Amino acid sequence: MSILVDENTRVVVQGITGGEGKFHAGQMIDYGTNVVAGAVPGKGGQEVHGVPVYDTVREAAREEDADASVVFVPPAFAADAVFESLDSPVDLVVAITEGIPTQDMAKVNKRLSEVDTRLIGPNCPGIITPGETKLGILPGNIFESGDVGLVSRSGTLTYQVVSNLTERGIGQTTAVGIGGDPIIGTSFVDALELFEEDPDTEAVVMCGEIGGEDEEQAAKYISQNMDTPVAGFIAGRTAPPGKRMGHAGAIVSGSGTGTAESKIEALNDAGVPVGDTPSEVAEHVEGFL
Amino acid sequence: MKLHEYQAKEIFADAGIPVPDSRLASTVDEVMDAVDEIGYPAAIKAQVHVGGRGKAGGIKIAEDDQQARQYADEILGMDLKGYTVDEVLVEAGVDFENELYVGVTMDRGEGEPVAMVSTEGGVDIEEVASETPDAIAREHIDPAFGLHPYQARGVVYEAGVDREYANDVASILTSLYDLFEERDASEIEVNPVMITADGDVVAADAVMNIDDDALFRQPDLAEMEDEAAEDDLEAKANDYGFDYVRLSGNVGIIGNGAGLVMTTLDLVDHYGGEPANFLDIGGGAKAERVANALDMVFSDENVDSVVFNIFGGITRGDEVAKGINEALGRFDEIPKPVVVRLAGTNAEEGMEILNADLVQVESTLEDAVQRAVENAEGNQ
Repeated sequence: MSILVDENTRVVVQGITGGEGKFHAGQMIDYGTNVVAGAVPGKGGQEVHGVPVYDTVREAAREEDADASVVFVPPAFAADAVFESLDSPVDLVVAITEGIPTQDMAKVNKRLSEVDTRLIGPNCPGIITPGETKLGILPGNIFESGDVGLVSRSGTLTYQVVSNLTERGIGQTTAVGIGGDPIIGTSFVDALELFEEDPDTEAVVMCGEIGGEDEEQAAKYISQNMDTPVAGFIAGRTAPPGKRMGHAGAIVSGSGTGTAESKIEALNDAGVPVGDTPSEVAEHVEGFL
Repeated sequence: MKLHEYQAKEIFADAGIPVPDSRLASTVDEVMDAVDEIGYPAAIKAQVHVGGRGKAGGIKIAEDDQQARQYADEILGMDLKGYTVDEVLVEAGVDFENELYVGVTMDRGEGEPVAMVSTEGGVDIEEVASETPDAIAREHIDPAFGLHPYQARGVVYEAGVDREYANDVASILTSLYDLFEERDASEIEVNPVMITADGDVVAADAVMNIDDDALFRQPDLAEMEDEAAEDDLEAKANDYGFDYVRLSGNVGIIGNGAGLVMTTLDLVDHYGGEPANFLDIGGGAKAERVANALDMVFSDENVDSVVFNIFGGITRGDEVAKGINEALGRFDEIPKPVVVRLAGTNAEEGMEILNADLVQVESTLEDAVQRAVENAEGNQ
């Protein structure tokens, strides 16, 4: 079992004729992902890796019965690409693009509250159900099928923690990168809720970082609603206030909100052990299983 | 990106928001010419990206020529929390009876903008927010519709603003929101909005920050970026296209991906060292970029030791290894010891390529960081 995606997920890749879109569509196909179509305005009728390209997501979804899309579209056009997917009949949109203006995302966020489609990202590595499918840029070879769910705001930190888990022989049900931007489609709470409902997920790892209050919300959710044990990691303990640490959302405000201390304290209060190092996180998970 | 007060006020004035008469000056003589035109009292205000300028001595009110000359001389060239004051705004003093706070910011938790109004203007609004949160009235804004006029009026009334000038304040708020949206601001605030004895409403200060990710469609604002205000190394990082933050320690850090680089910093601290910087080389970095990153870190004279931590997804270990060999091969003697840890895509090929005469290789993140911390201690 898994959350959100599995071997039956039928994927349309938006931006499949661009450099990144083409490369990662190929990687996804190699991994076993059911990439059924591409969507690029003006490129309808072409083929990429043997996959038919359509001018619109709506047409791609209708003709190829797609139920998910992955967005590899440059920042200036990415919000429009997400809107296009939200208005087509797909159930899930994964936006990889980094650098989408925040006000564009505020408008997308508003639309999300009106539709049933789920958005993951933007500025994220995507989602993978090991051995079945991946939507995004995660390197498939480091993941193993297993019974731990993973949710993270960062890509490479996810890979680090996954490799620490794998060393201990611990595999994953699904790993989801929710993205490093201030406004994102799927929050920690949303992902935790899905893992809690998944009968095969025996434990969850959440990797947070400085900025915002999403981890504090997650702590509250965990203490009130979760039976599945959760181990945590928070990046950015040494980040100075007022400086954006790579991710647009990774910033401690001048007045001191969004600090690692506040998040670690909230998680500890909710009974969630927070590792000082990624390998400590894996130790905690091993203890749960 | 932050705008200076004078830049934000030019934008405000163009949008019809009342601001005091003012001139920008960079010499004492220019200040004296400005006060000749503006008259007294005149505020002389340092134009640097520092909060609490007034308390730090960067804002003075001159009543006559002697004071104007003295304050101009004091403020121009002064060091304000690490920033040198090159320019001052000379501004007509406003005889006010009341001060308000009016602002618009992005509420990231709600994912939508929020307008804020308070009658506790002229003081640190963060303090007001934490001590008496009820003193700030808030109204969330649907970004698809914008700020409705009734909402602007409503939040102004709710804050307890006097009916006599509430409409004028609501009109300033409406103009601020329009600017927020049109100019891709992340934050825009006026603290204080001054109310004169005649009931006139004036924007006496101006803070306007722009979303860095939207600068591509705000080219005129992007040009206003003040490179002089940046740290030299941060400016260099900008040229190289790196996400870079300078810190005060002596262990230089290079990695890929924001979360993993932050984690590497935290581990340096965890093992008793002090990080010198945050440097994310980004995804898919090729040899040249890797060499540039090493050049960046070696340029920081505080750095005694370097740790290079790459977990390859799209980034390939062999490419990184080539870049490290190339960059270090240029030196007769390696300036500071470099510990390298490669994992993920093509990591094994990378480890084989790495020249062991030039770098120390470790296979886990923890070991690499510990070794770099030891190197820094031995190298001080």
